[in-house]
Amino acid sequence: MRKHLLEAGDLDRADATLVLDTAAQIEAALAGREVKKLPTLRGRTVVNLFFEDSTRTRISFELAAKRLSADVINFSAKGSSVSKGESLKDTALTLEAMGSDAIVVRHPASGAPHRLAQWVKGSVVNAGDGTHEHPTQALLDAYTIRQRLGRLDGVRVVLVGDVLHSRVARSNVWLLHTLGAEVTVVAPPTLLPVGVGSWPVTVGYDLDAALPKADVVMMLRVQAERMNASFFPSAREYSRRYGLDARRMAALPDDAIVMHPGPMNRGMEIAAEVADSVRSTIVDQVGNGVTVRMAVLYLLLGGSPS
Amino acid sequence: MSVIIKGARPYGEDAADLLLTDGRITAIGDRLSSPGADVVDATGLVALPGLVDLHTHLREPGREDAETVETGSRAAALGGFTAVHAMANTDPVADTAGVVEQVWRLGQEAGLVDVVPVGAVTVGLRGERLAELGAMADSAARVRVFSDDGHCVADPALMRRALEYVKAFDGVVAQHAEEPRLTVGAQMNEGERSARLGLGGWPAAAEEAVIARDVLLAGHVGARLHVCHVSTAGSVDILRWAKSRGVQVTAEVTPHHLLLTDECAETYDPVFKVNPPLRTEADVQALREGLADGTIDAVGTDHAPHAVEDKESEWAAARPGMLGLEQALSVVLETMVEPGLLDWRGVADRMSVRPAAIGRLGAHGRPLAVGEPANLLLLDPTHRAAVDPAALASRSRNSPYAGRELPGRVVATFLRGTATVLDGKATR
Amino acid sequence: MTMSSELFSDLSAPPPLLTGDDVARVVDRVAHQLIERAASSAPDGAADGGLADLVLVGIPTRGAPLARRLAARIEAFTGTAVDVGTVDITLYRDDLRTRGVRALEETRLPAAGIDGRLVVLIDDVLFSGRSVRAALDALRDLGRPRAVQLAVLVDRGHRELPIRADYVGKNVPTSRAQQVRVKLAEVDGVDEVRVLNGGDR
Repeated sequence: MRKHLLEAGDLDRADATLVLDTAAQIEAALAGREVKKLPTLRGRTVVNLFFEDSTRTRISFELAAKRLSADVINFSAKGSSVSKGESLKDTALTLEAMGSDAIVVRHPASGAPHRLAQWVKGSVVNAGDGTHEHPTQALLDAYTIRQRLGRLDGVRVVLVGDVLHSRVARSNVWLLHTLGAEVTVVAPPTLLPVGVGSWPVTVGYDLDAALPKADVVMMLRVQAERMNASFFPSAREYSRRYGLDARRMAALPDDAIVMHPGPMNRGMEIAAEVADSVRSTIVDQVGNGVTVRMAVLYLLLGGSPS
Repeated sequence: MSVIIKGARPYGEDAADLLLTDGRITAIGDRLSSPGADVVDATGLVALPGLVDLHTHLREPGREDAETVETGSRAAALGGFTAVHAMANTDPVADTAGVVEQVWRLGQEAGLVDVVPVGAVTVGLRGERLAELGAMADSAARVRVFSDDGHCVADPALMRRALEYVKAFDGVVAQHAEEPRLTVGAQMNEGERSARLGLGGWPAAAEEAVIARDVLLAGHVGARLHVCHVSTAGSVDILRWAKSRGVQVTAEVTPHHLLLTDECAETYDPVFKVNPPLRTEADVQALREGLADGTIDAVGTDHAPHAVEDKESEWAAARPGMLGLEQALSVVLETMVEPGLLDWRGVADRMSVRPAAIGRLGAHGRPLAVGEPANLLLLDPTHRAAVDPAALASRSRNSPYAGRELPGRVVATFLRGTATVLDGKATR
Repeated sequence: MTMSSELFSDLSAPPPLLTGDDVARVVDRVAHQLIERAASSAPDGAADGGLADLVLVGIPTRGAPLARRLAARIEAFTGTAVDVGTVDITLYRDDLRTRGVRALEETRLPAAGIDGRLVVLIDDVLFSGRSVRAALDALRDLGRPRAVQLAVLVDRGHRELPIRADYVGKNVPTSRAQQVRVKLAEVDGVDEVRVLNGGDR
C-alpha cells in the first residue's frame, strides 16, 4: 500500500482489492460485537482538515479513526486562521508540528491533497478535492456493489448526472474501470467534460436507453446553481430527462441496484419512492463508508516495514 | 572607450573580430586592434543582435517583492536582452504618462537594458474606457505598444476604437486574447487532462475567437494589431489567414508555449499555471512551425515573476505566470535551432529584428554591421546545464524549467557598446 | 563438471525437528490432554465431559488449521464435535509500526459465542508472547469466557511477557537468532517443523 490516498486513478487492481478485502474482514471482525472499537491505531493522531462543509464525510472519517482508537482532531477552516489568510501550506505544517500522523483533507481546490502530500511527512487522505476526486467514496461504492452483487468484474454501471463537476464520478470511473466494471456515463452534454472521450467509459445522453442494461445505476447530485449557468434549462426539464423515478426504475433488470452518494435532491435527480425502495443501497453506502475508511486508515497508518 | 571582441561568429557564421567604439560597431574584420581597447575573447561564441522582448512583467511599481525594474533588467541582460517592454499591469497601472515615465526612468537608472514601458489600453485595465494613450505616446517614455495584458480588451467596440486611435502615433494594440465569458473559473487547457484533473478548462476557442474578431477589426480599420502569447494551433491558422489577406497583424509566442505542455499540470504544482495555459503537444508543434515560417513574428517571454506565497499554494489559489527572460534563448535553441527549424539569422529576426520593429525601437534589432548601434550578445551554444532557480537574477523563483537541462549560455551582452554581462555575470 | 546446489543444500540442511508423523503424534497427544482437562474443569453435571463447554480458537495463519485438526481428533476420540473459531489479531498487534501492515485474516466465532465457556487459544509457535497478548485483547472485545487457556505446537522460549502455555506439543530450546519454521499441509502443502539458523531460508 502506498503512503497517501490521493486519487482512485492511481490505485491498481491489487491495491483497490486489498482495501475492499480489508474492509470486509473488518466488517466481519466487528459483526455482532458490543465493543465496536479496535486498538489498532492507538497513539496515532488523525486530523480532519476540512475547508468545505461536509458533515457526513467528516463524521464518517471521524468514526472510522475513533473505531481504530486513533486520536482525532477536527479542524474546520471556517473561523480559523485559514479564513484570516493563512496558507494551506502553513496550516498543514502547523498541524504536523503538533504531531499529526495523517491528514484527511477536504478542499474546494482540485489537487490540494497532492500539494499537501508534497509538504508534509505524514499520510494524506483525499476526502474530496474540488471537481477532481473523492477516492474513499468510490471505494465504498465499489464495496457496496460487491456486497450486493457479489462481484465487480463485468458489472454494468450507469453513472447519471453532473459528471463535469463531480469528484464522485471521476473517482468511480477510474476505480470501477480498474476493478473490471463496464461504466456508462449518461448526462446532458453540457454536464460532461470536454475530453470525456478519452475516459474508459461509454458516453450516452439517453437515460431510458441505458437503464435496461444496467446492473447498477448511480445517481449524482445536481446542484441547483448549475441551472443558473445554463447547463440545463430548468430543474423540471432536467428531472424529466435525467431523473430516476418509479417508471424508469421499473425498466431496470430485476436485481439491479440504485446508488446515490448523498446528499440527495429528492424529486430532482431521484424520486422519493426510488430512494426508499429495496433496490436503493443509499443507507448501506453510509454504513460501508465507515468500514472502508477504517480499512484505508489501517492500511495507510498501520505501519510500514522498517 | 572601445571593446574588441575577438573571434566571435556573427549569426553563427565565419569568425571575425568586432570593434565597438562609442556605442557603435566601428569595424568588423580579421585581427582588429585598437590601442587601449578592452579585449573580449569570444572564440567559438555566436554573436547575435541584442534581444528585444515585447512582453515582460517587471512588477514595479507595486510588487517590488516579486521583481523590480532593476532585478528584472539584470535577468534580461543575463538572457541576452538589450531592450524589454514592461507590461502595464503594475500597481498603480501604467495608464498615465506619469507612471510610464517613472518606469522608463527606473530602467535608465538601472542601465542594464532599455526598459520600454507599455501603456494600458483602458483606464485601470478595466476595459471600460480608453486611457490617455496620446499622453503616454508623447511622454518621455515614448510609448508605442499599448496593452491591457492580463486582461482582454473584450468589448469589441472599445477594441475597434483603440486600434483606430493609436494609428495617430504609429502605435499598436497588443491584445491578450481571451474571451472572458468562456474562461470563467479556467485553470488549465480544456481537454483530456483537465477532464481528468478536475481543473476548470480554458478552451482554445476562447483565444481563437478573440484573435479572429480582432484581425477582422484591424483589417477593417487599417490598424496595426499585435497578438500576445499565441498558444494554440487554431490561432496560428487564423493568423496565417489574416496575413495572407494583408491584415497588419503580428504575433508573439512565449518560450514556455514552445516547450511545455499541459502534461505539466499533472503534478498540480502551480509553477506550471500560466495564462494562457500550457496546451497540447499538437499546439506546441504548430507554434514551432508558425514561428519558423514567420506566421508568428516574435518570441515574447511573458516573464511573470511571482512571490513564493503566490505559488506555494493549491493550484486554484496560485497566480498565473512563469519566469522567462533568463532561459528564453536557451528554450529557442532547444525547440527551434537544434531541431533545424530556425537558423541563427532566424533567431535574430524573431527575437530582435521583428520585436524591435513592432515596438518601433529604432536603435534595437539592427544588424551586426559597421555603423550600427553596438547592442549584441555572445552565446556559447555548446554549453548545457540544468536550470537552478536559486541561481537566477530575478527576485522570484517561479521558473518552470527548474532542474531541466537546456542548451546555451549567454556569455556577454553589450548595450550601446558597454558590457552589461561578462563571463555570464551581470556587470552591475 | 556441474555441482548440484540442491544436493549441496540437502547435505548441509539440518533434519526437521518434527516430521509429518511427529506433528500428527503431537496433535493427538494435545487432543487427549484437552479432553482430560475439559472433563476435570467442567462444572458439575456438564454434558459431553465438558466438551460442549470448550471452544478452540485458532490464531491465523497456522493456528487456525491446528485448531481444526485438534477438533477433528477430539471428535475421533470421543465422538463429540467441538466448537472451533479463529481470531485474527492483526488489528490488535502492538508492533504494526515496525513490522508493517499486512492483509487481515478471518475472524469467525461459533454461533454460540464464547461467553461463559472455556476458550483454548491455539497457535503454532510461542515465542515472545505478544501474539497471545494481542489475542487476549481481541477476546476481551468479543465476549467474556469463563477461562482462557493456551495450546501451542512449539514453545521456543524467550518470553517478553508473563505468559505460559497450558498445552505444549514440543519444547525447543533456541537462540534468539534462530527461526522456528512451522509448515502445515493446509497452508504449506507439507507438515514439518524446522529450526533455521540466521541467514537460512
